[in-house]
Amino acid sequence: MTALNSFLFIAYPYIAIGVFLVGAIYRYTSSGFKVSALSSQFLEGKQGFWGVVPFHFGILILLLGHLFVFLFPDLVLAFNSNPVRLITHEGIAFTFGISVLAGLVLLMWRRATNPKVQAVTSKMDVVIELILLSQIILGCWIALGYRWGSSWFAADLSPYLWSIFKLNPDISAIGSLPIVIKLHIVGAFTILLLIPFSRLMHFLVAPFHYLFRPYQVVMWYWDKKAIRDTRTAWETHPPRNN
Amino acid sequence: MDIRSQISMVFHLDKCIGCHTCSIACKNTWTDRKGAEYMWWNNVETKPGTGYPGKWEDQDIYKGGWEKDGDGIELKGAGKKKGLKNIFHNPHMPVIDDYYEPFTYKYLDLIESPAGDDQPTARPVSLITGKPMDIKMGPNWDDDLSGTPDYARQDPNLAKLSTAEQEAMFQLERMAFFYLPRICNHCLNPGCVASCPSGAMYKRGEDGIVLINQDVCRSWRMCVTACPYKKSYYNWHTGKSEKCILCYPRIEAGFAPACMHSCVGRIRYMGVILYDADRIHEVASVDQDKLVDHHLDILMDPFDPEVIESAKKNGIADSTIRAAQYSPTYKFVKKWGMALPLHAEFRTLPMLFYVPPMLPVMASLKDVDNSAQAKKLNDVSKHWDDNWLYDTSTEELWGTIDQARFPLQYMANLFSAGDTGKVKERLKKLMSIRIYRRWKTVGDISEEKAMRVLSDVGLTPAAAEEIYYLTSLAKFNDRFVIPAAHREHAIEMMENTGDRKGSVGFGFKEGTAKRGL
Repeated sequence: MTALNSFLFIAYPYIAIGVFLVGAIYRYTSSGFKVSALSSQFLEGKQGFWGVVPFHFGILILLLGHLFVFLFPDLVLAFNSNPVRLITHEGIAFTFGISVLAGLVLLMWRRATNPKVQAVTSKMDVVIELILLSQIILGCWIALGYRWGSSWFAADLSPYLWSIFKLNPDISAIGSLPIVIKLHIVGAFTILLLIPFSRLMHFLVAPFHYLFRPYQVVMWYWDKKAIRDTRTAWETHPPRNN
Repeated sequence: MDIRSQISMVFHLDKCIGCHTCSIACKNTWTDRKGAEYMWWNNVETKPGTGYPGKWEDQDIYKGGWEKDGDGIELKGAGKKKGLKNIFHNPHMPVIDDYYEPFTYKYLDLIESPAGDDQPTARPVSLITGKPMDIKMGPNWDDDLSGTPDYARQDPNLAKLSTAEQEAMFQLERMAFFYLPRICNHCLNPGCVASCPSGAMYKRGEDGIVLINQDVCRSWRMCVTACPYKKSYYNWHTGKSEKCILCYPRIEAGFAPACMHSCVGRIRYMGVILYDADRIHEVASVDQDKLVDHHLDILMDPFDPEVIESAKKNGIADSTIRAAQYSPTYKFVKKWGMALPLHAEFRTLPMLFYVPPMLPVMASLKDVDNSAQAKKLNDVSKHWDDNWLYDTSTEELWGTIDQARFPLQYMANLFSAGDTGKVKERLKKLMSIRIYRRWKTVGDISEEKAMRVLSDVGLTPAAAEEIYYLTSLAKFNDRFVIPAAHREHAIEMMENTGDRKGSVGFGFKEGTAKRGL
């Protein structure tokens, strides 16, 4: 059991993080053409709306929530010390969990029944959807059955995750966790592992830089002013061989 | 003043015969592949009609283009706030059925079907799913269907016409239509570029062509909404948007784009126009009734020494300035004032201009005696004993414009943001050239009348001859004045030629030592 635990919670996370980093950077730099959200709204828009919107907003909030508890466990524990705040917090998180679940089920139903959406479905899309589905079901199950997740995540899992990133893995808190939570952790690292091989790449290229650029983009093949300026021509390209 | 050069286009609608040769040339060259089957970067529409995609001009549906926002402008259905908010689901985006579902036929069934009592048929199958389908719409299925309830009567440009005017348009005796070929307008203030969250879209500084970087596009689909002309298309297979590239590999080499090169009616003109980039935002933000005038205002005179000086300061090549001076599009748009942009009210400042078509006019049947004429004919030539004439002439000089079968307002909604004056001015110029040429060739109009017509619209006989030449007789090199790109500059920018001194020479990227020579 310890060997399995060591593999799943020490080796596997490092493999997943390694593959994710190398794979994502390789895929992004080798061919930008293969990085796309692959929207299917163009083929089917009405039904998709009811799946896409709850799914994306929900998963965005949940992801940020997990990230926040991981980064600032003390803040969360302090916040949760008041029962009203704790229940509100957990209630909101669970609502988003349900919205992701409902959205995902609708999207999978759409994929299964709409021939046009099937035409743009790859095997990896199905794999990813099934993993996400099991992950979100596990997540909701944990939220209901092992209360209160945000507190013990902050107390037990956040130190574990930190230990992974500090290259000094400590799984003492993991071994005694229920199987459901263990599966959720393994599922999370599996999703990370699969990012470079799937359409999940698109969340890495979320266009926040759009907010900081002017609306119009004009590109020149060459800087026409600089190229004819004899004073700068040699400065920008210092001659190497004479 | 910040002078830049733009490859601009003029389509002379009077000459368009609606043959779709341009569309086919483009389709064969660029969009005959999976995911792009439904795309027509160049398409020809029948007007009045709904066009492609259906009702694309109705921005209450599609929210394309810009709208006034206080003193400035904001994208109507995209932009930083609306775009990022709707990034998961874009509520105003057209879907495949707004264009048409691409299809083919199972032709092999005609050959391979077993013998039977019935004729084998080739069933239509969808090019997306591969399954049999009922075809509901195809490319240009609205062709020539003026007056039909599904197409012509749904034309969004009719909205501003009174019911009486609309009814008059569709009386059987008055029914008329014309063709509107459309490609990307390569606008000065493109909505698509502004809406792209990834920054994949850009306008090329050298020639103003608007392109999508396929490596950077992430399928956020905002350009499809933001282009009011619906000329940015989503490739459902690759998950990238695509649009007319104005055949830039050909343009860089000085050739005309495929659609223009193949134009049977020779309606298309292409040339350089120099414009003042400093004033783009200001012009795009003026009130609607001033849009066209201000747009034309920033297209600068290529003979003006100040403009030339500023252009040179911006590094615009002499060959490009020279091309601007010979530009047929500059002549049509500015010098003669005969062309107008399509839907200026979208505020994208399109750089494709249209010479509006002469309106079909109401005519009367007149009794005439053709016997004298018939006697002159050769014995073998066929002649009819008709003694009537389909007469469109009128004593009033400009009478036929007012007797047009289309209300001027309809044309104005298309070409001048609703201002009938501007359309009328262009139509009068077109007509004056005809009257002038009729005096010259047919001779049944007096010289005095021909000259009066010309001076009415402010044209000289010399200008009239020039317009006549460029309209009717112009050769290929008159219609397309395209300066080839100076690629040597681009090469010099990427690598200093001095760096190559002493190396093995052109063709090797590695230095000699590394190659072990």
